[in-house]
Amino acid sequence: MTYIAKPKFHHPGLKKNELGYTHRDYEGKISTLCAGCGHDSITASIIEACYELSIAPHRVAKISGIGCSSKTPDYFLGNSHGFNSVHGRMPSVLTGANLANRDLIYLGVSGDGDSASIGFGQFAHSIRRGVNMTYIVENNGVYGLTKGQFSATADRGSKSKKGVTNTDNAIDLVAIALQLGATFVARSFSGDKTQLVPLIAAAIRHKGASFIDVISPCIAFNNHAGSTKSFDYVREHNDAVNRLDVLVGRDPISVDYAPGTVQVVEQHDGTKLALRKLDADYDPHDRLGAQTFLQKHAAKGQIVTGLLYVDPDADDLHTHLDTVETPLNTLDEKALCPGSAALDKLNASLR
Amino acid sequence: MKPTDISAPDYFHKVVDCQWACPAHTPVPEYIRLIADGRYSDAYMINWKSNVFPGILGRTCDRPCEPACRRGRVEETPVAICRLKRVAADFKDDIKHRLPKAGAKNGKRIALVGGGPASLTVARDLVPLGYHCTVFDADPKAGGMMRSQIPKFRLPDSVIDEETDYILDIGVDFKGGHRVDSLKQLLTENYDAIFVGSGAPRGRELEIPGRKEAAANIHIGIEWLSSVSFGHIEKIGRRVIVLGGGNTAMDCCRTARRLGGDSVKVIVRSGFEEMKASPWEKEDALHEDIPILNYMVPVAFKHVSGKLIGVTFRQVKAEYDANGRRNLVPSGEPDQTIPCDDVLVAVGQENAFPWIEADCGVEFDKWHMPKVDPKTFASTNPKVFFGGDAAFGPKNIIWAVAQGHDAALSIHKLLSGEDITERPLPEVDISSQKMGIHEWSYDNDISADKRYKVPHRDKVIALKDIRTEVELGYDLKLALGEAQRCLNCDVQTVFSAPLCIECDACVDICPMDCITFTKNGEEDDLRQRLKAPSPHHDQAIYVADGLKTGRVMAKDEDVCLHCGLCAERCPTGAWDMQKYLIDMVQAGSTCQSKARSAA
Repeated sequence: MTYIAKPKFHHPGLKKNELGYTHRDYEGKISTLCAGCGHDSITASIIEACYELSIAPHRVAKISGIGCSSKTPDYFLGNSHGFNSVHGRMPSVLTGANLANRDLIYLGVSGDGDSASIGFGQFAHSIRRGVNMTYIVENNGVYGLTKGQFSATADRGSKSKKGVTNTDNAIDLVAIALQLGATFVARSFSGDKTQLVPLIAAAIRHKGASFIDVISPCIAFNNHAGSTKSFDYVREHNDAVNRLDVLVGRDPISVDYAPGTVQVVEQHDGTKLALRKLDADYDPHDRLGAQTFLQKHAAKGQIVTGLLYVDPDADDLHTHLDTVETPLNTLDEKALCPGSAALDKLNASLR
Repeated sequence: MKPTDISAPDYFHKVVDCQWACPAHTPVPEYIRLIADGRYSDAYMINWKSNVFPGILGRTCDRPCEPACRRGRVEETPVAICRLKRVAADFKDDIKHRLPKAGAKNGKRIALVGGGPASLTVARDLVPLGYHCTVFDADPKAGGMMRSQIPKFRLPDSVIDEETDYILDIGVDFKGGHRVDSLKQLLTENYDAIFVGSGAPRGRELEIPGRKEAAANIHIGIEWLSSVSFGHIEKIGRRVIVLGGGNTAMDCCRTARRLGGDSVKVIVRSGFEEMKASPWEKEDALHEDIPILNYMVPVAFKHVSGKLIGVTFRQVKAEYDANGRRNLVPSGEPDQTIPCDDVLVAVGQENAFPWIEADCGVEFDKWHMPKVDPKTFASTNPKVFFGGDAAFGPKNIIWAVAQGHDAALSIHKLLSGEDITERPLPEVDISSQKMGIHEWSYDNDISADKRYKVPHRDKVIALKDIRTEVELGYDLKLALGEAQRCLNCDVQTVFSAPLCIECDACVDICPMDCITFTKNGEEDDLRQRLKAPSPHHDQAIYVADGLKTGRVMAKDEDVCLHCGLCAERCPTGAWDMQKYLIDMVQAGSTCQSKARSAA
């Protein structure tokens, strides 16, 4: 960690977004994580994505659980709403907040311990309910805060810093998210911002449950030979299926790609996702195909990254529950207590 | 781009913008840190070694360092480097015991013509090496134009006395009141070398109608200032016009205000913005209720029976031709006569060498300036050297000092039988400032303070006495605040590619978006692909290759705060903060022909 505050000065030529903010305006406090932590790069990517989307910081709620990853919301979007919840309970807090105020953008930030162990059930249910959120797991395969024991996402056969081999099978959160019906599923790597930033931006603009698993090397406990979540290992085994550009409204689609190599996916809100195919056979609309593809490549020790699945016409929990368009927290007394006549009518309908 | 060779002494020197811009290459951040640390004597000595006159320059320097200061690109104003120098001079202890002593006599004799900053610098460098230096000056005391032309309310005599004495007391043979009238004669006196530091002593004339008739009330600025300095003139008329827009004009008008001029105007041909005077000197004049009227060309002195009554001016406007060159053309408005009692002409200075005979072996060019080598300061007579205003026309004290150092080195090499054109490389020292995981031996917490104003004496009191210094200088509290604004540009960001794991931590933390990891390319292309715009092409891009992914690290040095956060966030120590000190070669540096020794 660093003792001095990050200087307020910024580059005099920084570009401003539509709201007149520079990317520095989306920062939070200075990180207290270990120097070089992959999580800090994810923080920087979230900052970049929110800046590029010209998101008003006060329209974002960032919610996290416990762990190194769950500390990071303090380091970005210093002017947003935040809730640092109980270990593994981010999804239920987020679901509750989302039900109360559907108008905010929900960023759920969690880690492999928080989501694959203590909060595994919470993770599963928020996904299967289709909560409109961007669920980011900062996945380093170890419990960093307790000195680097294997987490549930550590690959079988990988080695700890002390040389112990992991004998347990790994949970692949991407595979689970696909199976549970997430409508936007991606995997990326903290060391590759050109891939990660557009994925976060696209996930934020996606209506429905978006899940991004970000491999984020733990510099202190999981960046050694024998680890499958180290910078070197991920760079060597990274199999990116596509590259994404997010085109919001005003941006015309630039056609500097070779014809046939770009697939444009239009989301609910008009956001266009331009996908440059890197793997000709990969179809990001085929949930079943994606699952098979993932497992095949995992068996070969490869880490599949990119936008793995997207359903552009997805809907969310509010649609399922048929709630009113107005956020519940802004309904007035008259709407919330329609009177005894309305109650009688309701009761009568149930008789 | 080719990877940057950080072992070349100039590379990191250029990053220290102030030091690079200073003609004498004063290690500015180093002495500012010492001031912040309360070590005023040490700060003074660092200055004294480089620029010889810290107390004088701390009041009068033209400050080429300040427009170059990186802080001026990060926020509105640069660090007040000049006035911090004065702090070192004001608050130091007795430093006499730290000054060099005259060396054992080597039998070589050197004559120095003129007792100003250039000659005194040469003497200071050479006397400790055993040379016998004789300085001739027409005035009784040493100091040259620093004493004769700079008004006492800007530079008190006590400061000049102190700093000229430091040099004279080393053992300089000073012959005051001795004007050299003939170089030929001097050459016959068998000196081993002669240094000409006689300045640019002649004020330029303004030959317009009425000049002769009204001569009694028309004064040449520098001559008038000098007469005021020596107490020969104590009064001036009530209404005064100062012609000219340089720093001499500013000194003239402010002096006139103190000698009875209660309506003093400065009138310039050019526009206010293009005036040669330093902005702060214009500010000081305006503060003393002296209006500056621009775009007015004097066309005649008006006089009645030999008595000046005013000056007639033609209004002009600036027009720019296709090449962007400015021409002043009449605006068509009627000429205007401004009444006055006295005029001070400060329209420029000229060199004058009537005492150098044509057959001395010293050749002159078509502008009547001596032919002087800009590196060695040798003239066409191998024994005669020039420096200061005498060499290349009127400049500032700091240039005279820098040229004096170079000329002294040439003289020393010449008299040691070495080739004077072979200039030794400076000695460079670069060392890590790391004290702990997040601790550095310098204060890396960047102050957001705005530039502190130097307190001035109350105007009513200041205008009463011509010898009362106007600027009071920073007190210690203000000095500390201003010193903290320095960005420590000499503490360099040094990158080691083999250690880098490309985790992006430095890129993410850098408050100024200086660092980019990307594919290499030609400079113009690479500058386009950096994280933040890179408009200043004179500021280097630090490029390092040898990374695992085949990319390069490209750092734009332009607005780096030297806060060290890149190094703090680096998990492998690929970034380090290393203090870079460069020791410019002066006569007598220990390793004269030593090859460069950098990191």
